[in-house]
Amino acid sequence: MSFKTAARETLQDAQLRRNIGKATTLIREKRLRAVAELPDWERLRDAGEAIKASAMATLPEQLERLEAAVTAAGGTVHWARDGAEANAIVASIAKRVGTDEVIKVKSLATDEIELNEALEAEGIHALETDLAELIVQLNPDDKQSHILVPAIHRNRAEIRALFEQTIARGQSLGNEASAIAEAARLHLRNKFLTVPMAVSGANFGIAETGTIGVVESEGNGRMCLTLPRVLVTLMGIEKVLPSWQDLEVFLQLLPRSSTAERMNPYTSLWTGVTPDDGPREFHLILLDGGRTQVLEDEVGRAALHCIRCSACLNVCPVYERVGGQAYESVYPGPIGAILTPQLRGLDAAPSLPWASTLCGACYEVCPVKIDIPSILIHLRGRVVREEQSKLTPEALAMKGMAAAFATRRRYEAAQRLARLGRGPLAKAAIPGWTAMRDLPEPPKETFRDWWKRERGEG
Amino acid sequence: MSAAKAEILTRIRDALGPSPVVPEIPRGYRAAGSIAHDGVVEQFCAHVAEYRATVHRVADSEVAFAVRAILGEGKRVGVPVGFRDLGMPVVEDHGLSVAELDALDAVVTGSALAIADTGTIALVSGAASGRRALTLVPDHHICLVAASSIVPSVPDAVAALGPDAPITLVSGPSATSDIELDRVEGVHGPRVLDVIVFA
Amino acid sequence: MRVALFITCFNDTLFPGAGKAVVTLLERLGCEVDFPLEQTCCGQMHVNSGYGHEAEGLHERFARVFGGYDAIVSPSASCTAHVRERVESIGGKVFELTEFLVDRLGVTDVGASFPHRVTFHPTCHSLRLLDVGDRPLRLLREVRGIDLVELEGARECCGFGGTFAVKNADTSMAMLSDKVRHVLDTRAEVCASADTSCLMHIGGALSRGRTGVRTMHIAEILAAQE
Repeated sequence: MSFKTAARETLQDAQLRRNIGKATTLIREKRLRAVAELPDWERLRDAGEAIKASAMATLPEQLERLEAAVTAAGGTVHWARDGAEANAIVASIAKRVGTDEVIKVKSLATDEIELNEALEAEGIHALETDLAELIVQLNPDDKQSHILVPAIHRNRAEIRALFEQTIARGQSLGNEASAIAEAARLHLRNKFLTVPMAVSGANFGIAETGTIGVVESEGNGRMCLTLPRVLVTLMGIEKVLPSWQDLEVFLQLLPRSSTAERMNPYTSLWTGVTPDDGPREFHLILLDGGRTQVLEDEVGRAALHCIRCSACLNVCPVYERVGGQAYESVYPGPIGAILTPQLRGLDAAPSLPWASTLCGACYEVCPVKIDIPSILIHLRGRVVREEQSKLTPEALAMKGMAAAFATRRRYEAAQRLARLGRGPLAKAAIPGWTAMRDLPEPPKETFRDWWKRERGEG
Repeated sequence: MSAAKAEILTRIRDALGPSPVVPEIPRGYRAAGSIAHDGVVEQFCAHVAEYRATVHRVADSEVAFAVRAILGEGKRVGVPVGFRDLGMPVVEDHGLSVAELDALDAVVTGSALAIADTGTIALVSGAASGRRALTLVPDHHICLVAASSIVPSVPDAVAALGPDAPITLVSGPSATSDIELDRVEGVHGPRVLDVIVFA
Repeated sequence: MRVALFITCFNDTLFPGAGKAVVTLLERLGCEVDFPLEQTCCGQMHVNSGYGHEAEGLHERFARVFGGYDAIVSPSASCTAHVRERVESIGGKVFELTEFLVDRLGVTDVGASFPHRVTFHPTCHSLRLLDVGDRPLRLLREVRGIDLVELEGARECCGFGGTFAVKNADTSMAMLSDKVRHVLDTRAEVCASADTSCLMHIGGALSRGRTGVRTMHIAEILAAQE
């Protein structure tokens, strides 16, 4: 489905627009306050951008350092070329552990490769423990709509109603958000204490030390990372940071950009396996899954710098109107519009680079300064060149206009024709515009005709 | 080397080309050691309280009294092995099972350091902070923070910490922003956090 | 000071009033205005639509036509931003009108008089590509008789976005309807801006809704002496 068609559907949902508008308005204002507190915010962004670019430019070395350090600390490192390979590794570990259930920390990478569905096919149930992921998982017809808060399209009343029909059946939860949180706590508590295997994603993997970092709020992450006997972490290869010191940059950039707090409630950092503390077995799966394909594009590869904070979604006027589901990807919003077509291939999502007005709000807030508008323009060019016929009406109109603009004589002739409703400039007068908007009265003379009349051709 | 690893590394090298440009990292932000310590204790207390942790400031000699005042009588309280005397019965964590941890009413531990700028406490697995499960499973965590261990900024903390033991950075009690993107307290981690800052 | 007017093909063809106002204003402020008749289009529409290749000749043409001038002034933030980034040889000499007035001429009181209630929509490209900041508002505040009212959600895109307005018309209209609601909330007679493309979009909805609110380029207000 094209973005236009998918957006037309979601735009009909007034409740969704209200919910998303309310949440993003709140978080936008909070983010501004959180960022304004740091006098060196712009310098942190500069550092964040350069660290990511440097990590990408030295990626083979960084990944090998990471593997060596994790292995030295008692962990096992696996490499997966694609999602199927990663899913098979997770399933084989679960089978060896002998469990038909795993608990999960929210992870976009696992959503991207549809790990839950793959495990289900092997008879292993993957239980989402993040509140928003749980909300989405409890409703078979629902889908994630935000990077940070997958259930952002649901308001408190809807979540309460869902819980009262599922995990808190027969109870009345009341209107307090804390009662909703309590219901999730009771539902998951026993699972945390008994399930022998957990699966997580990773916010960072530090090549220098082999340390993995997970940033979260609820404590479900800590439960999964600490209590089960076996921990499997799936990490996209772009998540590697060269040095321990780099944490000082990202632990400032990420929380203030994502939940707009000085710091998120919990950050877990661990290195391999620690005697008498946490899992006995640790597996790190390094996933390509299209990332090397993104890396091939010198302009587009900056999309790999993304730290999944979701600030660009929260400021995007397009996202705010259509919601995340219109992007038909686990990566919605502005970052999704440049990441999804590159990860899956331009032919799989050719309309996404146009899902933006190029207003620039995303670039303004990006903590690692990904120039999303420029990458959108670049990808539009690639779609036009690589995916489309040179004979589409648009391509012909663009060619016609370029020809008309090439000389003054042709340009002035086109202006005269346009006043008669003909020629390349008139065709460019955007068909469909007047379905919903009026066009201005065409002026009696162009500016240049006025100038020539008043000032002469000299 | 596995076939997958070899192929991924080859793909990356092909994508990057023969001589990828490696940028310099401009670390012009406020580095470790660059911010004065003046007022860090007050700033830490104010910021951690904003997360709705309860902050108590006491002298070193009053710590045990403060803990007892918070807990009252008859609570099952876990502590790391060899923890300071609290003048009350406690359960030392000699490898308590998850069920035993779950049966505790509260846990009292120390911490490695704290960050004033963000109101964050760093727990480092070991004698002072205990192991990770100890500060996770019980619903009430009383955390001791030495005023002298409070550093101004995140870079100060990162410079002081290292990869040798698991680290948990704690900024307030368990919370979620998943309902209308607003922070509400209390999900899976300890829902009550008392912070005792002592000097 | 001698300046070249870069009118943009859009204003030349559809909004000549903005260009005439720039001429009136700059001459009132003592500038000598040239209009190089060889200018056509800067190529922005092509580049932003994915037809960058078709724009290469237009970039070269722009550099040739305007190469002899030290200051080039345009009543379009969007096109100014485009040539500043893409036409390296002379991009640095191109100024959006309000930048030119405040930074180069050093004026904020341009001697205008416009006794009407006005609200100002700062366009995305003036805000985020050119970083014009409050320059337009500083100019408008000095206009005699003006009743300048703040626009809620001013920094948010109106939904125009070039071909976005057609390719994703439903989303564009959803954004536009919020912008129009904020404009109507101000009870202004006039919605002004530094880009006529956004104004055509906003004005198209104001007109379709028979709201009676007019759109004007900021130059037309700064040139007015009512």
